[in-house]
Amino acid sequence: MTDLTSLTIAEARAGLASKSFTASELTDAHLAAIEAARVLNAYVLETPDRAREMARAADEKIAKGEGGPLAGIPLGIKDLFATRDIRTTACSKILGNFIPPYESTVTTQLWRDGAVLLGKLNNDEFAMGSSNETSCFGPVTNPWRRDGSNTTLVPGGSSGGSASAVAAQLCMGATATDTGGSIRQPAAFTATVGIKPTYGRCSRWGIVAFASSLDQAGPIARSVRDAAILMRSMAGHDPKDTTSVDIAVPDYEASIGKSVKGMKIGIPKEYRLDGMPAEIEKLWSEGADWLKAAGAELVEVSLPHTKYALPAYYIVAPAEASSNLARYDGVRYGLREGAKNIIEMYEDTRAEGFGAEVRRRVLIGTYVLSAGYYDAYYLRAQKVRTLIKKDFEDCFAKGVNAILTPATPSAAFGIGEKGADPVEMYLNDIFTVTVNMAGLPGIAVPAGKDSQGLPLGLQLIGRAFDEETLFSLGDVIEQAAGRFTPAKWW
Amino acid sequence: MNAPAAPHKLIKGATGDWEVVIGMEIHAQVTSNAKLFSGASTAFGGEPNSHVSLVDAAMPGMLPVINEECVRQAVRTGLGLNAKINLRSVFDRKNYFYPDLPQGYQISQYKSPIVGEGEVELELDGGRSVTISIERLHLEQDAGKLLHDQSPTMTYVDLNRSGVALMEIVSKPDIRDAEQAKAYVTKLRSIMRYLGTCDGDMEKGSLRADVNVSVRKPGGPLGTRCEIKNMNSVNFIGQAIEYEARRQIEIIEDGGTIEQETRLFDPNKGETRSMRSKEEAHDYRYFPDPDLLPLEFSQAFVDDLKAHLPELPDEKKSRFITGFGLSSYDASVLVAERESAEFYEAVLTGLADKARDGKLAANWVINELFGRLNKESMDIASSPVSATQLSAIVDLIGEGTISGKIAKDLFEIVWQEGGDPRALVEARGMKQVTDLGAIEKVVDDIIAANPDKVEQAKAKPQLVGWFVGQVMKSSGGKANPQAVNDLLKSKLGI
Repeated sequence: MTDLTSLTIAEARAGLASKSFTASELTDAHLAAIEAARVLNAYVLETPDRAREMARAADEKIAKGEGGPLAGIPLGIKDLFATRDIRTTACSKILGNFIPPYESTVTTQLWRDGAVLLGKLNNDEFAMGSSNETSCFGPVTNPWRRDGSNTTLVPGGSSGGSASAVAAQLCMGATATDTGGSIRQPAAFTATVGIKPTYGRCSRWGIVAFASSLDQAGPIARSVRDAAILMRSMAGHDPKDTTSVDIAVPDYEASIGKSVKGMKIGIPKEYRLDGMPAEIEKLWSEGADWLKAAGAELVEVSLPHTKYALPAYYIVAPAEASSNLARYDGVRYGLREGAKNIIEMYEDTRAEGFGAEVRRRVLIGTYVLSAGYYDAYYLRAQKVRTLIKKDFEDCFAKGVNAILTPATPSAAFGIGEKGADPVEMYLNDIFTVTVNMAGLPGIAVPAGKDSQGLPLGLQLIGRAFDEETLFSLGDVIEQAAGRFTPAKWW
Repeated sequence: MNAPAAPHKLIKGATGDWEVVIGMEIHAQVTSNAKLFSGASTAFGGEPNSHVSLVDAAMPGMLPVINEECVRQAVRTGLGLNAKINLRSVFDRKNYFYPDLPQGYQISQYKSPIVGEGEVELELDGGRSVTISIERLHLEQDAGKLLHDQSPTMTYVDLNRSGVALMEIVSKPDIRDAEQAKAYVTKLRSIMRYLGTCDGDMEKGSLRADVNVSVRKPGGPLGTRCEIKNMNSVNFIGQAIEYEARRQIEIIEDGGTIEQETRLFDPNKGETRSMRSKEEAHDYRYFPDPDLLPLEFSQAFVDDLKAHLPELPDEKKSRFITGFGLSSYDASVLVAERESAEFYEAVLTGLADKARDGKLAANWVINELFGRLNKESMDIASSPVSATQLSAIVDLIGEGTISGKIAKDLFEIVWQEGGDPRALVEARGMKQVTDLGAIEKVVDDIIAANPDKVEQAKAKPQLVGWFVGQVMKSSGGKANPQAVNDLLKSKLGI
């Protein structure tokens, strides 16, 4: 049965349709795999009863010929998504045993289409981190290891649980969120496919907020086609989220295998960093060659404000976070400490409930919004953001269809390796934050391995609401590079 | 800021006259079924926490969605204040911690409000008037309520009000004394009640005012202001301003300086006391709410609302004056409350001859009806005399069927027992006697019986009033007073 977990969603869909196996069998196989892989710490909550119940329901629907597009497909859900009657914590102590009486719009749509919930996936606390080490449930282990090494590596973050679970075949796909690279960087670290759609493509309703103007939900999967299948169910306008956009959701899967002949692919010179590892450089030009071989045209482009993106991001995101996280005050739900008086309650609850990285960002955010500093920091960062957006607009206005960049400046690193200097950690997102700042879609696709056998990914950045082009191009890379599976050691 | 001062009250201090400078922030609860950013009910008086949505309780992942009805109400109010409507405005977050504020921030409008500058005209005693400029009107969320009396050790939170839409209307510092301040609040309240955008119920907290008070030598530079928070009575506003102005004058005249601070008015002691100083003021860290797009609408949307605005008090007043010859004072009394004006309009509608009796009807509404209602501490909604009944009474007077005096008796009967006034007049024989022959006989009898008075009246014509009284008494009040008067004058030769 175990080989059921190695199927792609597309393959499982076919197997279910041809009655080769049932949704219940598929789910049981995954539940067994999850149980055997607890050492990875990918799941913070397993929901086997719910999973079996949903799988049974899917089997009944499939039998009646009423199965939805995801009927019987077992998924993991990042713990940032509210799931009705199921503990949702954002992997923060401050939410404690919070059980929401509501279901996020994105997951509602997945269940509508027949998907099965296996459990809740680990992430950096409130999605603040690039290694999944800030979770109150402890770090997630990457199923990938360096050749001949037992060193435990991070899966990236903040969607580390999602990436690790998908790579280790503990679910067929997972939901994730991306504020500065939280889908694409862990995807790159685990040889999975992750897409951050255009801001406004997926509803944010019911997703614990980190930075509202940057947060966007997306899938992590084991193939570009699977990511396209999941995107179709996750995307869509939601009147409950004013920032979601009312544009019809296309059949993303139809983009797979579509010719990319004649497409103009931008190679931004500003992404060629000083001291960039030769392996990354090589991967990048290889990716460009593949696209060229498929008929695309490569052009050098300039995104002159790229170097300001990371500093500006680390003003905008913490500013919004400092305000978004004010609601965790011990008054209505979650953790409450020090009830002697109200000030003490606030202070103790928040000091005890938030981890160090969250506290750091709340402090930075509070500082940059303070009277006398607002103009120098927040306002300036917003102006930089406008310039970054314009860089991309100018580029696309010249007929560029998508931009190719490395997904990360390095492969996965060891747990505890980058904890000391927060800026070193923040640099992980150097290629991805610009995309959030501009609100554009970006996909990370596995493209090769480094000299130590660790996966590396490439990123494609598209025009707003043109995820389809990213799927077509991503598929070209996947066809050329192949798919990568970690050797099972757990 | 230094516009020529309208006639206003100065305060005498030891060093001469002082002028009070007042600016106001009025918080008016928007009349709407649902809250500003959630679908929860705005009904008053529910069980604690019975009108709370997931958004109002700031559950994780919840997002605000603007209630269009509240936007319409704000625009309508802006139009009623003759103000500039901003087709694009922005919602900001005002960040501070308090247990009645679930999100940890209030969604408000900071730099770009929905309504810009406008003005209202106030009528003061003695026919004076003054124009007060409006700085802006913006939409924001109300907070919840803390209940301190439910437990000896705990404070409870009721979130029913949390997220209810408020309009904050900010005046320029154009107000110069307590009388103007009271008139300003009363006028805003009246305009909003006409528009149906705020019920103006100050007891329920639907209308609250923060009052900024400073003093200066007339025409001098502005003084340091103190803000008196959360006033919910027009009279308290007046008292607080009087007290606060004198307090500031005393400090300055004693050689002290005014510290900018927030104060509270204690209605029991009639004084204001310090709540927090400027140093303790919050840094609200305003920034645009990233959960909400800028609020944008078209001029056509505004024009449509404008086309459907009801007649406002100022327009109604001038129509009453020019259409029915009402005095400015009477017209003001009638239009001050929407319900009064509507009652008067209903009486007008029922009249047989509006042009002839419109003014008479106003007198009856103001003097007889309002007078009686006041005496009984009743409001117009519970008046035992309906507009239709009052129209009938006025018709009966206007057409000469009954005298004013009889009408008062009739009014009393209708008040006590109800019934159709015209039928009552028939049934009870209250019709005025206009038969000159009958009146003449009574007049002759009285003249014959009082030769001494006749002599006196010839010397002193005012005494005719005594004769009129006697005739009326003798006729049971049913004689036509004008006819009696005319007859007496000719018979007495005066």
